[in-house]
Amino acid sequence: MKTELSRRELLKAGGALIVSFNLFPSLDLFAGEAQAPGMPDPTQLDSWIAVAKDGTVTVFTSKVELGTGIKTALAQIAAEELDVPLGRVRIDMGDTDKTIDQATTSGSRTIERAGPQIRQAAAAARKELLRLASERLGAPADKLAVKDGVVSVAGSPSKRVTYAQLVGGKRFYKTIQAEGKLGEMKLAQDVKPKDPKEYEIVGKSIERVDVPPKTTGEAVYVHDVRIPGMLHGRVVRPPVVNSAPSSIDESSIKDISGVVKVVREGAFVGVVAKTEWAAIKAARNLKVNWSKPAFQLPADREQLDKYLTTNKSFTTLKQVEKGDPAAAIDKAGKRYEAVFRWPFQMHGMIGPSCAVADVRGNKATVWSGCQGPFRTRASIASLLKIPEDNVRVVYHEASGSYGRLSNDDGAEDAALLSRAVGAPVRVQWMRHDEHGWEPKGPAQLQKVRAAAADGKIVAWEFVDYSLPWTVAATMTLLASQQIGLTTKIPGQGNGNQGGGEIYAFDNTNVRAEEIPWMKPEANPLRTSNLRAPGQLSRCFASETLLSEIAADLGVDPIELRLRYLAADKRASDALKVAAGQAKWEWHRQPAANSAAAVAKGRGVAMTRRAGGYAAAIADVEVERATGKVAVKRITLSHDCGLMVNPDGVKNQVEGNIVQGVSRALYEEVAFDATGVTSLDWVSYPILRFPEVPELEVALIDRREVAPLGAGELSTVPIPAAIANAIFDATGARLRDVPFTPQRVLAALKAAKAA
Amino acid sequence: MAKFTLKVNGKSHVVDVDPEMPLLYALRNDLRLNGPKFGCGLAQCGACAVLVDGKAIRSCSLEVKDLGGRAVTTLEGLGTVKNPHPLQKAFMEEQALQCGYCINGFIIGAKALLDSNPKPTDAEIKEALEGNLCRCATHTRILRAVKRASGQAV
Ligand code: FES
Ligand code: FES
Repeated sequence: MKTELSRRELLKAGGALIVSFNLFPSLDLFAGEAQAPGMPDPTQLDSWIAVAKDGTVTVFTSKVELGTGIKTALAQIAAEELDVPLGRVRIDMGDTDKTIDQATTSGSRTIERAGPQIRQAAAAARKELLRLASERLGAPADKLAVKDGVVSVAGSPSKRVTYAQLVGGKRFYKTIQAEGKLGEMKLAQDVKPKDPKEYEIVGKSIERVDVPPKTTGEAVYVHDVRIPGMLHGRVVRPPVVNSAPSSIDESSIKDISGVVKVVREGAFVGVVAKTEWAAIKAARNLKVNWSKPAFQLPADREQLDKYLTTNKSFTTLKQVEKGDPAAAIDKAGKRYEAVFRWPFQMHGMIGPSCAVADVRGNKATVWSGCQGPFRTRASIASLLKIPEDNVRVVYHEASGSYGRLSNDDGAEDAALLSRAVGAPVRVQWMRHDEHGWEPKGPAQLQKVRAAAADGKIVAWEFVDYSLPWTVAATMTLLASQQIGLTTKIPGQGNGNQGGGEIYAFDNTNVRAEEIPWMKPEANPLRTSNLRAPGQLSRCFASETLLSEIAADLGVDPIELRLRYLAADKRASDALKVAAGQAKWEWHRQPAANSAAAVAKGRGVAMTRRAGGYAAAIADVEVERATGKVAVKRITLSHDCGLMVNPDGVKNQVEGNIVQGVSRALYEEVAFDATGVTSLDWVSYPILRFPEVPELEVALIDRREVAPLGAGELSTVPIPAAIANAIFDATGARLRDVPFTPQRVLAALKAAKAA
Repeated sequence: MAKFTLKVNGKSHVVDVDPEMPLLYALRNDLRLNGPKFGCGLAQCGACAVLVDGKAIRSCSLEVKDLGGRAVTTLEGLGTVKNPHPLQKAFMEEQALQCGYCINGFIIGAKALLDSNPKPTDAEIKEALEGNLCRCATHTRILRAVKRASGQAV
């Protein structure tokens, strides 16, 4: 099977014919290819854009398609700037030997950060093409016009030349400005891009290029990569936290035909076999005696809360410090106080981690579905103790990962196994490996206090106690830890947005305390960024308490919010648009029907994230006898600045809303002192089709605001909006996520008693 | 190991495999079909679904020896990008996926549904696809795609 278009195949296919050698370095890894040194240079236009003989434009980017549609959006940006039809642009993604590191694809920030890089590279290419055309046609550049990749002279349309005729199949040999690095890199700042007012391709709903082959089985995911001579591997992880094998009984798998090797390095154990099925059986049956765990986890939620609130934080992420909220709370007539809890949650990729690695001597090639090919390259180099330049990471799409594949554990497993057998090895985690050992979204707890006087909120104090990410860019991954590489830093903060900082209260303190988590060693409750890191939890706490205050003051919760958002027009607009769309009408909460067998209610919540705004209104039904919550409808307004592909944005927004409903109602990782006990989809349920609410999405068109990330933002207010709707329906206050029937029943009981 | 003749997408293939191996691995590794995907191996997610005699079956949990002579259709057997099945076309038109890892299961499940119930209601569609998990959560679009494929207004 063809896993990769080699340079020769590209030449034959008449696709992007590229003479440049530095776009294809390290090709000695592939038989018969010319060897060429050097990595792409960001100051060379050729490193970003190539025009083939047939006029096809190839854009090179280290950003990757994660199912969020960025391949299409980036192509739109390039096509727009170059004035070529969208169908003529192809995007070559995530190959560390062909692209420049534009940072990991995460946080819905590709369009915001890599978008301008691609736009400027394309604008520089257009400018250079115009210069060449002006020479060729003997007309000044400002007399030239471009349409569909054809340059013509104004007034004499017969004088024309195509991009392909100008540089097709050749290099530009053009130096462009490049300052800064990664996501901050600024390209060709001296070139003026198009005025967004003239956009014809950007801003249009375009069908995504990755969709059709995914409906027919023609798409090649990393799970589908097959390399000649490839063997199959499986990992055998300890059943408990941080333990190592004290002995392995290889005779336990002697009857399984096709086993090539049992691999053990430090605490890492894996098997390699000729077939996938033999590897699965061998991993399942291999008898390993594991040492006693080196430490224990908090045994349950209660102990975890104690852990969160009694350990000293290693860093405080300050968001707002204004006035003296503690003193104001002491003086005020009305005081509000609550503690909110958020569980560990999973990314829950439907397709578990998978990678193929071919380690030969001091060189390695890895086929991976990771979010950051360069990050994977660095981790593989450090794991194998070889130079980064000797590692090539080739990206293929994987299962949607929501932050999980920023940390490419599967690639490390494949590399260790490949090195042990000297052949390419494909590793896929089993479901219990993924549920058990994926790095989890951190648990959190918030203490929120507020006060009101004369119908006004006069103080707001919001403290988030969060576990940090113990798996991040600078830290070692699972296999590395198992072979003894350790991490010295305590972790990376879980963010601090969403604690009510958008409201202009007089006395305000919003901060997040990052509590060092258990030793950053092989731990099934290790943590990493999960969609909108930390912000769902903080927004749940702040927006719930705010609605509680509104109910107590007898004010419309939307009206109350608007009072403190006066200075922020986009925030106010987002709320108003959602309210209009949902035909919001205020009544005193809880609603009149709150004693009914099936109580109905609606709640509102809003957020700002990375410059974008979303407001959600949830309609729910609560079955009083069982505590079962049904989310019937979510109305959401979404403002992410200019939208490159509005239908693509809508798709992301819808998915994020529904995922938010799932996280609010069902999701909590179960654990005990020795490990994670949610090891499949029964013990970690997620939302199913019959429970999907109706969705009403209002996209706010803001052409004047530069494009921002889409999607993540819209998952943030969902749990809070649902909690507020449950309160409206029943008068019950939910403080703990998820809102399981048991918790809802308890809250109903508490509400009755109050 | 034993030899089995598998009838897949209208062609016969002889494979020499462990009789207890789930069909999924024969399809993916011996026949090199990429439509059916491994998601859980536990009959919990639907990513591995194929049609067996017209019914949606989880190939991760059906041993090769238990297939008998029944005919198997995978996603590839329905159509191609150039010549898509109406369901595939509807999924494209509704842009009814994100990562698409789960989509094999939804299309196969929808095919089995429409074959027995050509004009299902929304509730029937949701019910029929209840066992399929989609973490990207593109359900509302999937619902529209299935309705569109069945010729109903969306
Ligand atoms: S892989 Fe078969 S149901 Fe999940
Ligand atoms: S589209 Fe990604 S899991 Fe369904």
